[in-house]
Amino acid sequence: MVETKNEPRIGVFLCHCGTNIAGSINIEEVKNYAKTLDGVVIADEYQYMCSTPGQSKIIDAINENNLNGVVVAACSPRLHEPTFRMATQEGGLNQFRFEMANIRDQNSWVHMHDLEGATEKAKDQVLIAVAKARMLEDLQPKSVPVEHAALVLGAGVGGMQAALDLANAGIKTYLVEKLPTIGGRMSQLDKTFPTLDCSQCILTPKMVDVGRHPLIELRTYTEVEKVEGYIGNFTITLRHKARGVLDPDQAAARAAATGILGTGCNGCGDCDAVCPVIKPNPFEMGMAPRKAIYIYHAQVMPLQYTIDFDACVKCGLCVDACGSEKNAIDLEAVDTFEEIKVGTCILAIGFDLIPIEEKREWGYKQYDNVITGLEFERLICASGPTVGHLIRPSDGKTPMKIGFVLCAGSRDNTGGVNKAYCSRFCCMYSLKHAHQIMEKIPGAVPYLFYMDIRSFGKMYEEFYYRIQNEGAKFIRGRVANILEDPITKNLIVNTEDTLLGRPVAMEMDMVVLAAAVQPKPEAEHIRQMFGVSKSQDGWLLEAHPKLNPCGTTTAGIYLAGVCQGPKDIPDTVAQAEGAASAASIPIHMGEVQLEPYFAMCMEDLCAGCGMCLNQCPYGALDLIEKNGRTVMEVTEAKCKGCGTCGGFCPGGAIKMQHFTSPQICAQIDAFLLKGGVN
Amino acid sequence: MTDENWKPKIIAIICNWCSYAGADLAGGARIQYPPDVRAIRVMCTGRVDPLFIMKAFQDGADGMLISGCHFGDCHYLEGNYKCAKRMFLVKNILKNIGLNDNRLRMTFVSASEGAKWGEVMVDVVKTVNELGPSPLNKR
Ligand SMILES: Cc1cc2nc3c(=O)[nH]c(=O)nc-3n(C[C@H](O)[C@H](O)[C@H](O)COP(=O)(O)OP(=O)(O)OC[C@H]3O[C@@H](n4cnc5c(N)ncnc54)[C@H](O)[C@@H]3O)c2cc1C
Ligand code: FES
Repeated sequence: MVETKNEPRIGVFLCHCGTNIAGSINIEEVKNYAKTLDGVVIADEYQYMCSTPGQSKIIDAINENNLNGVVVAACSPRLHEPTFRMATQEGGLNQFRFEMANIRDQNSWVHMHDLEGATEKAKDQVLIAVAKARMLEDLQPKSVPVEHAALVLGAGVGGMQAALDLANAGIKTYLVEKLPTIGGRMSQLDKTFPTLDCSQCILTPKMVDVGRHPLIELRTYTEVEKVEGYIGNFTITLRHKARGVLDPDQAAARAAATGILGTGCNGCGDCDAVCPVIKPNPFEMGMAPRKAIYIYHAQVMPLQYTIDFDACVKCGLCVDACGSEKNAIDLEAVDTFEEIKVGTCILAIGFDLIPIEEKREWGYKQYDNVITGLEFERLICASGPTVGHLIRPSDGKTPMKIGFVLCAGSRDNTGGVNKAYCSRFCCMYSLKHAHQIMEKIPGAVPYLFYMDIRSFGKMYEEFYYRIQNEGAKFIRGRVANILEDPITKNLIVNTEDTLLGRPVAMEMDMVVLAAAVQPKPEAEHIRQMFGVSKSQDGWLLEAHPKLNPCGTTTAGIYLAGVCQGPKDIPDTVAQAEGAASAASIPIHMGEVQLEPYFAMCMEDLCAGCGMCLNQCPYGALDLIEKNGRTVMEVTEAKCKGCGTCGGFCPGGAIKMQHFTSPQICAQIDAFLLKGGVN
Repeated sequence: MTDENWKPKIIAIICNWCSYAGADLAGGARIQYPPDVRAIRVMCTGRVDPLFIMKAFQDGADGMLISGCHFGDCHYLEGNYKCAKRMFLVKNILKNIGLNDNRLRMTFVSASEGAKWGEVMVDVVKTVNELGPSPLNKR
């Protein structure tokens, strides 16, 4: 290590970023300005500072000029601070002796036509960065051990895949699902495009793998209650919702604890047969009944009944039917809590359909024969409420002319329930639906009302041709409204055929709305617990749309599946595998390096007033007695480095490393008083 | 009276996780706004000591912006609440010393709100332009 002397010796390096920066900022002028600043011993420029030759410039300059501070004026520190810190370190300096001036994302790109204004701003940005660089100190990153376990939240196909990958990589994985079964939306589907595989047939084996994996700790009917900690060391409190039915393991545990015997639920269904309470079944989109004691569907994993305590009247018939041998039912069950420790977490909480009934003009929930794509999946599915016979809800007849309204609420920026984005799988599943009715109902004709057909995936366009050739009819135009013939219950679809350029009204026996998708309502709460941002449209926000699509800005939290944005099953699975790989890295490394942004108490200034204590959201601060005085003490392990305590201390006694008050004040002074300008 | 060459001096202190990211996003989207604001990055708006603001105005700042995450979105849970509370205090002090408290603004811009960052920039610069040079401005 070069000995860092007290006199600041700073190198300033300006990046052209091709013409990205140099096209809107006079680099030469900024460079010459930088040379005049206090403490700057060298100012240089290069086409691409982040390239190997660019970084070499920094490394060489540190050695040749005995620098003790480096400033790079380039893109955003959120992109390249790590890169340049490494270069700084390679040059023999402590990596925290580096400061960045963001003259691209926050300058040249946003003042593209104002060379003078942008150049002035760039000079100030360099001035401010140099002011900070003059005061930087050596800091040591803190390394913390990583818990050898992971959490996957949501057990749809995305969450299941992520959990399997993690577990196969030797990591104990908690897979937490709020429903009584794993499987997610995919278990509601009949076939899957473009291969037309039976959805259950390809999903069920995965569900079994998940259920059997020795390293997967399955927690169904469970929600996350609380999240604490940071990468490597998350403590997560789970709420096991009262299920009212014990599985064999739970029954064994009960026997050991209380002596109450019973082998637990074996999924026989005797309870279901006697339960007198009937409710709509959400798995069947409300088109079939279920009892207050139920399994979600035939292929559930785990095979264990659940009591819907909101519906249960506690008549006790199920308890009798279950019998004393199994003795699986506990009508007095209450929620229980469990604390787990994990190193990393993957969120895979999926999606919902928009409440398409709010688009009154399309008549969903007003007209019997207008249904959604998900209802279609259940109606056409052999294990569904009609054992696979597509019938009209109004009269049970087989529909022969079926209209499909694509982009129902998607790609529509008129507000309300409408979504500006493309829901990405509706075109393809509507093509699939069209195929299914032509296959199942001889003579039936699907009419697809579309804006554009988006068949972008592998073998998708080919699938589109196939459906065209099979005889599906395509009408290009957005559907204005749907009206019902009150006698026949047939539907009149009014639209404009934009290819013919004239309005058309077509009579259909049934209409299927390919409703847009939207984030789950609870996504908001979940993301706040885990510290994840959201996109403009509410989906969970990835760290970088191109270069870090599985990560989030919170270290140790990753995303998989539709919760990050609409995607079909292949893309969901691909992202899940990416997220699992990313989430396994810190765990396999065994330790992670945290930025040493900790608060420190400068005890000689601390009056022990304790005002800072309730500023800290993590309870990291305490008052202690030291040398006969009361002073504050920081528990480093709890401090996450926000600096909120330091923003409040009336005595200025808290030093927030790397963002110290003198550093920030120097930055302010530099700009306003031109401190450091010669 | 404002002389013709007067340009407002505006300092922004913005949090790394939301507003700084939103400002980067505005860049990526090439949203154009006036170049009068100079940003200082902190990890969280909770870091903003009222003294930083007082110091900036004392040093002759014409306007100041503090921008962080939306309530509920703070990377450190509640730093932005803590900061927002301090803003009331600081605004009062500014009024008491005869400064128009519109010179200080707190906004909430998330990492996905690049367009909003652009609007905030336009609006802050417009407000400060209308208010003219700070009476504390020594130069
Ligand atoms: C009508 C229709 C037809 C489709 N057809 C096809 C097709 O043919 N081919 C294709 O590739 N794709 C198709 N898709 C898309 C496919 O459904 C999705 O790509 C896939 O389901 C996404 O999986 P996921 O794991 O991201 O989300 P999901 O399947 O929604 O799974 C999310 C899981 O997380 C759970 N969860 C939610 N919130 C919480 C919480 N707070 N705590 C714990 N758990 C929670 C949910 O209960 C659920 O089990 C279709 C979609 C629809 C609507
Ligand atoms: S991290 Fe953005 S305000 Fe706290």
